[in-house]
Amino acid sequence: MEQRQYKTVGKSIRKKDSMQLLLGKAVYTDDVTPKDALVVKILRSPHANAMVRSINTAIAKKVPGVVDVYTWEDVPQTRFAIAGQTYPEPSPYDRLIIDRHVRFAGDVVAIIAAETEKAAEKAKKLIKVQYDVLEPVLDFRTAKDNPILVHPEEDWCPPCDVGGDPKRNLVASETNFHGDVDGVMADCDIVLDRTYHTKAFNQAMMETFRTYTDLDRYGRLHVISSTQIVFHCRRILSRALGIPKSKIRVEKPRIGGGFGAKQTAVCEVYPAFVTLKTGRAAELIYTREEAQIAGSPRHEMEIRVRLGASKDGKIRVLDLYTLSNTGAYGEHGPTTVGLSGHKSIPLYTGGLEAYRFSYDVVYTNHQAAGAYRGYGATQGIFALETTVNELAEQLGMDPTEIRDKNMVKEGMVMPAYYGEVANACALDRCMEHCRQMFGWAEKYPVRNMGNGKVRAAGVAMAMQGSCISHVDVGSATVKLSDDGTYNLIIGAADMGTGCDTILAQMVAECMDCDVDDVAVFGADTDVSPYDSGSYASSTTYITGKAVEKACADLRKQICAVAAEMMNCQPEEVVFEGKQVRRVNTQQTVSLEDISYKSQAFNNQAVQVTATHSSPVSPPPYMVGMVEIELDKETGLVTILDYMAVVDCGIPVNPALARTQTEGGIVQGIGHTLMENVTYDSKGCPMESSFMQYKLPTRLDMGRLRVEFEHSYEPTGPFGAKSIGEIVINTPAPAIAHAIYRATGVWHRELPITPEKVAMSLPENR
Amino acid sequence: MDIKLTLNGRPLTASVTPDCVLLDFLREHGCYSVKRGCDTSNCGLCTVLMDGKPVLSCSVLAVRADGHSIQTLEGLQEEAKDFVGFIADQGSDQCGFCNPGFVMNTIALLREIPDPTDDEIRAYLAGNLCRCSGYDGQLRGIRNYLNSRKG
Amino acid sequence: MLNIQNYVRPQTLEEAYALNQSRRSRVLGGMLWLRLGRGTIQTAIDLCDLGLDTIEETPESFSIGAMVTLRQLEKHPGLNTYTQGALAAAVKDVVGVQFRNLATIGGSLWGRFGFSDVLTVFQTMDAFVELYKGGLVPLEEFARRKPDTDILVRVIVKKTPGKFVYRAMRNQRTDFPVIACALSCIGGEYRLSVGARPGRAVVIRDDAGLIAGGITEDSARAFARYAAEQVPTQSNLRGSAQYRTHLIEVLTRRNALELGGMA
Repeated sequence: MEQRQYKTVGKSIRKKDSMQLLLGKAVYTDDVTPKDALVVKILRSPHANAMVRSINTAIAKKVPGVVDVYTWEDVPQTRFAIAGQTYPEPSPYDRLIIDRHVRFAGDVVAIIAAETEKAAEKAKKLIKVQYDVLEPVLDFRTAKDNPILVHPEEDWCPPCDVGGDPKRNLVASETNFHGDVDGVMADCDIVLDRTYHTKAFNQAMMETFRTYTDLDRYGRLHVISSTQIVFHCRRILSRALGIPKSKIRVEKPRIGGGFGAKQTAVCEVYPAFVTLKTGRAAELIYTREEAQIAGSPRHEMEIRVRLGASKDGKIRVLDLYTLSNTGAYGEHGPTTVGLSGHKSIPLYTGGLEAYRFSYDVVYTNHQAAGAYRGYGATQGIFALETTVNELAEQLGMDPTEIRDKNMVKEGMVMPAYYGEVANACALDRCMEHCRQMFGWAEKYPVRNMGNGKVRAAGVAMAMQGSCISHVDVGSATVKLSDDGTYNLIIGAADMGTGCDTILAQMVAECMDCDVDDVAVFGADTDVSPYDSGSYASSTTYITGKAVEKACADLRKQICAVAAEMMNCQPEEVVFEGKQVRRVNTQQTVSLEDISYKSQAFNNQAVQVTATHSSPVSPPPYMVGMVEIELDKETGLVTILDYMAVVDCGIPVNPALARTQTEGGIVQGIGHTLMENVTYDSKGCPMESSFMQYKLPTRLDMGRLRVEFEHSYEPTGPFGAKSIGEIVINTPAPAIAHAIYRATGVWHRELPITPEKVAMSLPENR
Repeated sequence: MDIKLTLNGRPLTASVTPDCVLLDFLREHGCYSVKRGCDTSNCGLCTVLMDGKPVLSCSVLAVRADGHSIQTLEGLQEEAKDFVGFIADQGSDQCGFCNPGFVMNTIALLREIPDPTDDEIRAYLAGNLCRCSGYDGQLRGIRNYLNSRKG
Repeated sequence: MLNIQNYVRPQTLEEAYALNQSRRSRVLGGMLWLRLGRGTIQTAIDLCDLGLDTIEETPESFSIGAMVTLRQLEKHPGLNTYTQGALAAAVKDVVGVQFRNLATIGGSLWGRFGFSDVLTVFQTMDAFVELYKGGLVPLEEFARRKPDTDILVRVIVKKTPGKFVYRAMRNQRTDFPVIACALSCIGGEYRLSVGARPGRAVVIRDDAGLIAGGITEDSARAFARYAAEQVPTQSNLRGSAQYRTHLIEVLTRRNALELGGMA
């Protein structure tokens, strides 16, 4: 492995916004926008599938303080998608701002604009709606080719062909393979055929969806939103509202968490519509209930894994079929599903002779799913890793050793990962490191603690990507400021992850300056250079590389100004951070003086915008191990220790990388053990608040320990890959494994609640 | 209704409706640190001190604050500065939206139990949800602060 | 959304009682449950000026004002010495410190909430509710009554020597319990209180005499089985009736063994 020493990259420094955030300064959407905005509220359907027969808003409009109420008759009739994806989006154009056909319990029926929240709520109660209630499609296993169609409309429109057909409730469908799957399977000593089920878990970021809109001094639509995707948001609004992109400006202040939820323009269109209609500022803040029932949660998936192996534990063939439930609208449906196979199967590239991965993505009358950290990989890895653990247990092999035998190693070509080469892969070292740190040899054997309590351990591996190859675009503008400091302007969105800081660290590294000498701004479509946005784990890897490129060019520009000042050619000078030196005379000019020169009788820009895209998406890798104590009578699973070793290339800021990992692990513990998603018989979601949807508290997560194994990714900035998403993937399979060790029962559906654990044991029934 | 209270050490007289909750009242009076994270008293983001005790401002009627002292993070900047840098050093401030409520309750914790054990810290802060950090960095930060005080 | 027309701080209990005779009046407790309601409250009655926020201890009893918070109960040395920590154990996982600084004993008991750890644990004590008009009513009887327009003034707990244990099963540590289970032995009488069934906590006594002769592994098991048979359960989001019945047996047995000094 290449070892490089950096001055700023690789250092744990505080986030640039830390003290503002920790001292409670006003930096979020609702803190920074004027208070006199109209309050926007949404009347939502109580039915999972219905047509609005009639809607009477006359009485509601008479409520003092109500400015207007809008229904399906008032909105543009062009279908659009709200998924934040690069154009042309894989997600179908299947939405209207308000559709007469409401497709899930929570779908929009009317938009209310009022002077106060109280008036808006009162008006909401006074809107009279008559529905023709239709039978809903609630079980995604029966959605495909169901006679009930979620999208019967004729103007359904796919921007690209992903195998969808609304007349079959199908959003996307595909099969791909490598090698002779059936032949190898028939030749295997052991074949496991298992089916797994994961639910529509909610990101549950602490700040719900919210957007403020007004008309700026040029009469353009000005949108301040808690979003990960300012540029996609502008494009989405343009299509939905039927106004040119040049008439829209989208910016984001600080964001109170996203985890992918805010990679979809969940709420922007409603206040924007109000502002266009009324000419007034408007603000929509989702209640927690709205965020739970009309947000953009994880895709529910059912994954069938067929694994063929030899009796000495060599995994020879994998066959995955994923059925994904996109809900009422297709946001991210065609793409999340791909990761369930393409980011699980390649983990076993080691001796794999053949694989097949096929999928269907179906519409149902549930809340539309979207992007959630892990983006399909989480679901696929739970299924595949659990199957591999079962293989090891059946063969009587140590499950870490069976992985040693089969895992992908550096230099291998990964057929299931678009034929990419694992250029930087320390998965084998992660496994060894984690085994030692965790004490696998001592903790793997099941230990009886008395009183019905047992201790047991489990393991899982994970991978993810570092961008969407051939698609994502990252850009950075770096400019010299007049006191010899720098401005970094980005279109990527720091949602708490710290990308503003780690990108500034890269500037500091390249420009040989202090991180405090780099001021960061992001993101604003009027100001920022184009960036796809912060998703797909891409900001470090893609935007980071753009920063690196921009800095390289900026150094040249600075040298050109300095050369002019020293009456020589640029080739004769060297950039030394605080100054530029003319090599043969040892004459120097300070950066500060260069910056002043750049502002007087100057024709040489000292400002660079660079853009980067990648033909590859190098996977980060990870191993997680968990020790639990399980109460066989109550079914309670207590996490004792969760240890993880991550290969994210070079961690640009180890403290932030560690926090990402810890946060991802605890989120993963949540969907493994306690976050549940259920519906009543009519398709209304039951876990519609934090009273019912239970996030892990600090009493639910045990002791965490996170370490890193470095690799060097040649295509990444300073050897870095990604960290943001992979970290949520190991808890489900590792904990399911430990529960098996403790009870002898494999749980193949998440969450694995205490009831499921207890009632799976014959002695408790 | 007219109420008189002490907000961050300063007397304040205001007129409120009977159903205005303290959270909204405080934001209307410029205390933007006070955040709403749920509508069911479950998240802890809106934590403020009422007569020195941590409470959920989403669940207190503003009229109930009549005659009482309310402190928000705006009024406890110096006390917070003593330890929040240690949280920042762990990178566990993250998105920051839960931070004010967490910091307020940590202030209450440290006033009530000046030298808490890790378990006491976890128990006292259990009502402060955080979706980003995984909690461990917050604990390390507080622990490092406590250790720094011991010299 | 909360809708309150008038807010009043009565200066006497009589005044509070008079205000509460209207169907659309509500006495405020900690506001944690009340705020979730969607109806209109004509008059919100706040008892905060009536000095009901203290716990008074005499050699014979505790007198707990209706406005005493769960946090006060949790931290009260006398109550927790008397209950051997069972009271603190019952309330310590209720959401968070900030929540428990608001939630009141009066609000918790008046609501007769199914999920209530507070009702569950107090039913194992010699506890009485003092109603302004109705006078002293045994808590167990009060819990069975439908809410009326009286005012809950305080809770009296007699210091009858006894032993107390508390166990609850939660899917997440600060959630409502799936089953809450308290057991006491006061003056030789065993009282088992089971809450979160998910209905309101009910009390079971050792009428069959299963542990009257002393707690052993076998008698604890028998009593636990008896309890599981006696206590009706239902299903909701947090667990099925079958699982709850199973938990009643497990937690009752563990409670009995602990009470008998065997765990």
